[in-house]
Amino acid sequence: MNKLTLWFHKLGSPEYFYRFSGKLIPWLALACTVVLGWGLYRGLFVAPPDYQQGDSYRIIFIHVPSAWMSLFIYVAMCVSGVVGIVWRIKVAEIVAMASAPIGAAFTAITLVTGALWGRPMWGSYWVWDARLTSELVLLFIYIGVIGLYQAIEDRRSAARAASILALVGLVNIPIIHFSVEWWATLHQGSTVNLMGENAIHPSMLWPLLAMALATKLFYAFNVLQRARVMLLDQESNKRWAQRAIGLDMPGSAA
Amino acid sequence: MTPTRKRRLYAVLAIAVGVSGAVALALTALNDNMLFFFSPAEVHAGEVPSGSNFRLGGMVLDGSVSRTPGDLKVRFVLTDYNKSVPVEFEGILPDLFREGQGIIAQGALSTGASGEQVFIASEVLAKHDETYMPPEVADALKKAEEAKEAAGDS
Repeated sequence: MNKLTLWFHKLGSPEYFYRFSGKLIPWLALACTVVLGWGLYRGLFVAPPDYQQGDSYRIIFIHVPSAWMSLFIYVAMCVSGVVGIVWRIKVAEIVAMASAPIGAAFTAITLVTGALWGRPMWGSYWVWDARLTSELVLLFIYIGVIGLYQAIEDRRSAARAASILALVGLVNIPIIHFSVEWWATLHQGSTVNLMGENAIHPSMLWPLLAMALATKLFYAFNVLQRARVMLLDQESNKRWAQRAIGLDMPGSAA
Repeated sequence: MTPTRKRRLYAVLAIAVGVSGAVALALTALNDNMLFFFSPAEVHAGEVPSGSNFRLGGMVLDGSVSRTPGDLKVRFVLTDYNKSVPVEFEGILPDLFREGQGIIAQGALSTGASGEQVFIASEVLAKHDETYMPPEVADALKKAEEAKEAAGDS
């Protein structure tokens, strides 16, 4: 087995995952703070106003990274969920379930900031166009996944059932992304494209990309932290868990 | 991969393919209802539901905006640079409303005083495009455009 596969297998062990993520979290949090600070400062104070919208456009530095994260976390949750379903790896199930509330929060931020921008710019807080509606459906799917996970008593079958629900909802992700191209929507098309030209000036693009990186780092350290706590909770009767919180008494039941 | 895992993986793939297929069929069937607005050309072609409310989208024709002094009534023409429809609206316009801007108006067609079709809007929404740039860059672009036009004319 080569080194990477070996490391991947080790990551599936709850104890190894717990120790490894414990070392990683402070660095991710630090990196997130630095990038977030730079991105917010450059975006809110240094970047020039927009030629059409003036300063109102600055909501892009919150709205767009949050929207990207709402999709990114959903895909991450599904990938982790499928690994959990197929290989029955407990850590993967937990990472998938730890992702759902973070993704739901980013979706809610996207919807709220969009509404606050839409009122002065479009003239309406909310319209039922394809982009807005599919993003709202995404929030409902997230809430459904969280709800199903909480409704089943056994943690492991709960995680598998919720992962299957998440998988069913995966079809919504390309719909959200392409909604502005497939149908006539009030929402504008994509400004930043991985392939092809960007319709945004570099002085505004860099803070936006920094915010996109910062939200990813934010997700990374939060999902690890949540997964650690959930793992400790589920494995609380195992010896490694008791050792990890300094409860390992000689002779105690393991 | 063990046979059990293979079976689970196939089950996962079957769910993904099945759901995508079902949704694709549903969206194709609903395609007409997914359109948020109609264009002036579609209005002229008679494709819009007559007598009921619908949304009309297009560009505000340059120089077509006129206001009556003393109240909030606005008249303008929406165009797709081929056909155009006159619009009447009473109320507060969004920040991005200006000539040459993309607009979506909600309302219904009615026959004006001189017999022509007028779109009476109850709500006007501004459609923003995906371009973001500083004002200086927009000015520079505009100047470059004008210079190019001037050079082309001479």
